[in-house]
Amino acid sequence: MDNLGYLFAAFAVIWAGLFTYILVLTQKQRQLRRDIDWLKETLKKSE
Amino acid sequence: MKIKILLGVSTVLMLVALYMVFIFAPETESGVVQRIFYFHIPLAWIAFLAFFVVFVASIMYLWKRDIKWDAFASSSAEVGLVFTTLFLLTGSIWAKPEWGVWWTWDSRLTSSLILWLIYIAYFIIRSYISEEGQRARFSSVIGIIGFIDVPIVVITIFLWRTAHPRIEAMDPRVTATLMVSIATFTALYFLLFALRLAMKQDEDKLNRLKAFLRR
Repeated sequence: MDNLGYLFAAFAVIWAGLFTYILVLTQKQRQLRRDIDWLKETLKKSE
Repeated sequence: MKIKILLGVSTVLMLVALYMVFIFAPETESGVVQRIFYFHIPLAWIAFLAFFVVFVASIMYLWKRDIKWDAFASSSAEVGLVFTTLFLLTGSIWAKPEWGVWWTWDSRLTSSLILWLIYIAYFIIRSYISEEGQRARFSSVIGIIGFIDVPIVVITIFLWRTAHPRIEAMDPRVTATLMVSIATFTALYFLLFALRLAMKQDEDKLNRLKAFLRR
């Protein structure tokens, strides 16, 4: 690998890492929405 | 609203930083790989900032016993761990062409790896404790003790012989690029922290409601 390849690899790692983290946060957000829906349903049934 | 502003600021700063890193900043003796440092150094400093927030929020939790401080600490620790992982990886990629090895047990590198392991332990412990108060108490103690490693990482290059480069007199364009890059990653940290904190507070509210409904 030449030096430009190392530079490319470093930037690829940074962006991949940040995007993966944002993806994980998005999935957690989706799970949170599902939980809120479940809670709403449970509350409706109990009324 | 705050998140939208932070997103806008981060995006603009990131574009400016990319221009400065690849076009504005001059090439130094190290050649093209030196440009890795414009992201490696800010990642490290922002990881330290994140762990400082964990340290302060952990003290506040133990003092006030208010769960919101635990949400602050754990959200910041998560973002700090992401940044630590990235600065370790980018440092390793820089080391290969410069030192000929991906990793060496240098004092700066070893203390940084220990820092990463401390915050991995922080999350392992959190995942094992289900009771909210106990989880917050245990992780606050780790958040406070773990922060001791941050100044150690910073001063290692002054205490021991190390291969890690020191920041010395720099070309003004290099300094300006580094400053813009640090500002960019600071904005990015606050954006990710705000997102994670909002989510964590909602998670905590939901878990309390779920527990209430199951009774």
